[in-house]
Amino acid sequence: MAQEFWRWKEYNWRDPEESWNKAKMLTAGVDVGSVSTQAAVMADGQLCAFASMRTGSDSPDSARKAMDWALRETGLTLDRIRYVIGTGYGRVNVPFAHRTITEIACHARGANFMYGPNVRTVLDMGGQDCKAIRCDEKGKVSAFLMNDKCAAGTGRGMEVFADLLSVPLEQIGDLSYEVDQEPQPVSSTCVVFAKTEAVGLLRKGWPKNNVLAAYCSAMAHRVYTLLERLGVEGDFGITGGIAKNSGVVKRLEKELNLKALTPRYDPQIAGAVGAALFAHTLAQKEATA
Amino acid sequence: MIANYGYKDGSGEYYISMNTDKCDGCGDCVTACPAGVLEMIVNDYDEKVAAVTDAHRKKIKYSCAPCKPVQGRPVLPCIAACQPQVIQHSW
Amino acid sequence: MITAGIDMGAKTTKAVILRDGNVIARALTFTGFDQKEAAEKALADALAQAALNRSDVARTFATGVGRQQASFANGSMTEMAADTKGSLLLNNKLRTVIDVGAEEGRAMKCTAEGKVTDFAVNEKCAAGAGSFVEAMSRALELPLEKMGEMSLRSKNAVAMNAQCTVFAESEVVSLVHAKTPKEDIVRALHDAIANRIVSMARRVGVEESVGLVGGVGYNIGFVDALRRCLEVESVWVPEQPEYVGAIGAAVAAAEAA
Repeated sequence: MAQEFWRWKEYNWRDPEESWNKAKMLTAGVDVGSVSTQAAVMADGQLCAFASMRTGSDSPDSARKAMDWALRETGLTLDRIRYVIGTGYGRVNVPFAHRTITEIACHARGANFMYGPNVRTVLDMGGQDCKAIRCDEKGKVSAFLMNDKCAAGTGRGMEVFADLLSVPLEQIGDLSYEVDQEPQPVSSTCVVFAKTEAVGLLRKGWPKNNVLAAYCSAMAHRVYTLLERLGVEGDFGITGGIAKNSGVVKRLEKELNLKALTPRYDPQIAGAVGAALFAHTLAQKEATA
Repeated sequence: MIANYGYKDGSGEYYISMNTDKCDGCGDCVTACPAGVLEMIVNDYDEKVAAVTDAHRKKIKYSCAPCKPVQGRPVLPCIAACQPQVIQHSW
Repeated sequence: MITAGIDMGAKTTKAVILRDGNVIARALTFTGFDQKEAAEKALADALAQAALNRSDVARTFATGVGRQQASFANGSMTEMAADTKGSLLLNNKLRTVIDVGAEEGRAMKCTAEGKVTDFAVNEKCAAGAGSFVEAMSRALELPLEKMGEMSLRSKNAVAMNAQCTVFAESEVVSLVHAKTPKEDIVRALHDAIANRIVSMARRVGVEESVGLVGGVGYNIGFVDALRRCLEVESVWVPEQPEYVGAIGAAVAAAEAA
């Protein structure tokens, strides 16, 4: 089988301190995205385990697998988890969830946890969408904007380019800086037309890295215009898969003249973490009611 | 909360912005919209507010087109119906 | 009088030779990445077909997205004007002209004299243009010319959610995996793009008769979807609909006398 350049690594993590053993209450969040699914487990509101994997064709199955994988080697079983919240595009397809909450609210809450209470602007670049969120010190949303109609400015757009140029997704960031001079951004927003434009550039003799640079900066600019509509206030954090793509992130930081915060954990799990935190709050409410 | 529903694609920016703090939950905009673009929801913070339906979020450029002729555009019915001035269109 | 019209589209470049209001030759070439070269080639091919020389042509007008590159042309005009002029030469009853090209969709309302009174354009998004249908034919592994006839055999309406060409590709692949009959998928795709084109056309106000020009006119499935969506008796499509813009440019060149 041909190499699939758009694939990224699936993995799981657990707290080496095994904090779940001492926890009074365990809660979980499952973020079923269109491309990836994450499950996060919280021990008394602190992250103790998570897993991140590609969403399969069957969402309930993906949700279950991600949860199982997060719990693997912790000795925990699903029935020990007091409250589970489903979020993301496929949030209604988490069969063991007690409630669903939109990914907008979960990302804001998750970013608040991962970046600290000073975060006011959150950009989430996911596999098939892009969200810009403004939030308060508690991680409550004060404004948001979402684009899930158009592939430009989403991970899917980057995957199209990874495939076109036969470059593994994780290497795009680094390669895009291996250029003599920063090229003009690709002018088409539409991924279909941007691809045609890129083919033209390659035919003109542009090295691959320059084409990558041109696309990364086009993407950074597109995301910049989304943020601009909402107004950017510091601190600023990026979540979602593309947060790992320095080719877009560093160019965006330059355009915004603002550095993105460094997260405590993998930025891809923010939605699941936010969901698990909502679960923690709701479970506490239930316990005292 | 300022909730922006819609999208930006190569052809332009199409957002319906709802200032949910001003929304009194009356639902007049929902009845006024001839295309069924709007609905009342209970959001994540348990507030009853107006929103753009899931079915229309990715195509409001087209859904709202009948109210936006090239020439002689009237006041949009959703905006006219909303007393507290919650709704704005970006295009 | 002999005039020439060149339509420099995003994907193909067309040239026609017009003699006293009759099209006597037409030629098409892929635009590629050198628009001027493509224009020269299309014109040379059309002239060869008519057994004429450059010097026999009184005037040449250019239209299309690359029209500025045809430095040898005596004049240029917008696609809207060219489409309308070309369409009315072939059918003077038209009052609404819809053009679905590779990278743009357009709708024009016009007077009996061929004057454009209103127009709307969808550009820079493949979902509202011919590229959408092409991308779908690749995703379905189905030749473009088979899509039209196939969709007419569909008996079931399938919902398509994606409004973006890239996302629609994935949706089509999932539908195929779910064993959805291909004819139903193709019909859903034609309905989807026809809906987008019609909602754009309604912004200018659709008046009969309605004509469709541009390469997508070959696709009988799309034409049928467009007709249903517009709720009209019929949609007029000329023979070789991709040449209408070039014909309009040649007409304008003749009128410039």
